[in-house]
Amino acid sequence: MTKRALASIAIAMAISAGLPGLSWADTIKIANVIELSGAGATVGSNWRDALKLAFEEINAAGGILGEQVEVTDYDTQTDPTTSRAMVQKAIDDGAYVIMGPIYSGSVKVNMMVAQQNGVPQLTGAEAPFITDMGNPYIFRTSFGAQQSMPKLVKYLTEEMKVKSVAVAWVNDDFGKGGRDSFVAELEKNGVAVNADVSSEVGQADFAADVIKLKSSNADAIFAYLHEEESARLLKEIRKQGVTQPIFGETTLMNQKVVDLAGEAVNGVRGHVGLSANAPIPGIEEFAKKFEAKYSYKPDHNAIKAYMGAYVVKYVTTKNGKVDRQAFADALHGLTITPADEPGILMETSWDDKGEVNRESFLVEVKDGKQTVVTTLPKL
Amino acid sequence: MNTFFQLFVSGLATGSIYALAAIGFTLLWQASQTINFAQGEFIMLPAFFVLAGTQFLGLSFPVAMAIAVVLSLLLLGLGFKRIIIDPLLPHGVLPIVIATIALGILMKEGVKQFYTAEALPFPALFSDRTLNVLGAAISVQDIAVLLIALGAVALLQLFLNGTKIGRCMQATAQNPNVAEILGVPVRRMILYTFLINAALAFLASILISPIYLAKFSNGETLGLIAFIAAIVGGFNQIRGALAGGLLIGVIDNLSAAYISASYRSAVPLILLIIIILVRPQGLLGKAEGRTV
Repeated sequence: MTKRALASIAIAMAISAGLPGLSWADTIKIANVIELSGAGATVGSNWRDALKLAFEEINAAGGILGEQVEVTDYDTQTDPTTSRAMVQKAIDDGAYVIMGPIYSGSVKVNMMVAQQNGVPQLTGAEAPFITDMGNPYIFRTSFGAQQSMPKLVKYLTEEMKVKSVAVAWVNDDFGKGGRDSFVAELEKNGVAVNADVSSEVGQADFAADVIKLKSSNADAIFAYLHEEESARLLKEIRKQGVTQPIFGETTLMNQKVVDLAGEAVNGVRGHVGLSANAPIPGIEEFAKKFEAKYSYKPDHNAIKAYMGAYVVKYVTTKNGKVDRQAFADALHGLTITPADEPGILMETSWDDKGEVNRESFLVEVKDGKQTVVTTLPKL
Repeated sequence: MNTFFQLFVSGLATGSIYALAAIGFTLLWQASQTINFAQGEFIMLPAFFVLAGTQFLGLSFPVAMAIAVVLSLLLLGLGFKRIIIDPLLPHGVLPIVIATIALGILMKEGVKQFYTAEALPFPALFSDRTLNVLGAAISVQDIAVLLIALGAVALLQLFLNGTKIGRCMQATAQNPNVAEILGVPVRRMILYTFLINAALAFLASILISPIYLAKFSNGETLGLIAFIAAIVGGFNQIRGALAGGLLIGVIDNLSAAYISASYRSAVPLILLIIIILVRPQGLLGKAEGRTV
């Protein structure tokens, strides 16, 4: 036997012995392009953990169309340029659907890569422009700011009788989009904006910002920042003894903000698209499973990711094939109810632009817990 | 006026924490010509020692703090000197600068990889009440931070000027060769300086983490601002570093409120450029001659 033949046998044996756990059967590849480090690590970790939980359940129940689902995490580092490279890498690796990211600034630059390659993308981003760019492959998992702000302003003007507001917002695509939608809605309703205070992503010191908000003498403060910055802002607000009521949209009342800001978040009110404390049986059951597995409470990003995983399952099963184009076509104009797919948790619809529509909630944080005040109907 | 006063006091509180880090820079520079570019990470890490003690070992907060002090002194003081500085010192300043930049990255990425990339809450050391001072609402936390930081600096000055060891440390800083001839244990004095720097970093860490939250990336901004504060105040003077820290804290707050929040991070850099052009030795520093 020649040396070359011996070497070939040795390599073959090494491969077969060294990789016993790997399955060579077909799998459905899902790319989780998400913020696992940088400023967005908090929200990204929630999303990743819930996505993992959902696909473990799906795989345990036989997978999708009999095939197991393989989820790969790609860390965007909360950096738009990196996120674009990660989406390209995910597509090169054969992703069927891309899940994430959450930061609007990242989605803005990477959704075009997914679009050019015809890969459906389920994002957690909330900036209004995401679904206004004519991309037939982008789908939201939560409300865009342009949908949620009218609900919040209606509550502020009709229920709280607010006449003036001081606005604190984070100066990125997410914050700017939300701020613009909110201020436009205030103007429509004749509410004055007494202070308009922008801050930076990752900002640590909010002393000057809070003094500006406080000295504006507005009836209420509205804060639209990411979770970590929201926590720092609220701590500073309490530190300076601010007495105006504080309102927010989704992130401000997020469980992570509650964990980070402690008592400083009590009394904060606002609108949330999803809440782990919502009186919805599916969400209550999910929250229990999540907390049992990871020993912390899920936030709205976790619910978005969990629902997103079951959207992939439902649509693919409905289509009867793993086909990217068929997936995107089928999800436009689709409504999924918990009766159709229990993993969807609550009835959810997508329009022809990929915008999501479902019930939402007005909440108040009491004793460190989100309490649902009112459930608002679908738009 | 009330708003200005509140901004001023709040800026002093933040600035006093910058000053602690800046004083660390000047101490190490004077004692061993060491510029520690991992100083920001030295402030980030002790908070995680405390959190690890409470979360993983189930220790009470005071016990975890006590262990964190010891760990800080051992790792950030003794270990840093023995493992990084001593072998590199004979090769000049540049290798130390590069090594400390690398150390900072290692510490930051280490916490991110082996602990968490997320921000964590850190227990508040003081009440979150506010006091009415001259019509302005001043937070108890700000006053306490300011008093503790300034108290620490005053104690340090007292130690350096009023004790034999302190005077030996000053002699070592001024001229190590002559100090050695006069019988000063120079190596031990340098070690004391590193231990003091580690203690100051620990203090800055537990003062700032309840406000900024504990996060692996906290050192990036803190280290840079402390370095600028040390240069602005005078790199070879403790009182200069103190003045530089307080000045930057106040200017940062005032510029964010009255000029532009978007450009607030540029203000310390503009101040740095002006100081380098107008008074290169810093506000309170002394011009140093160097042989080529």
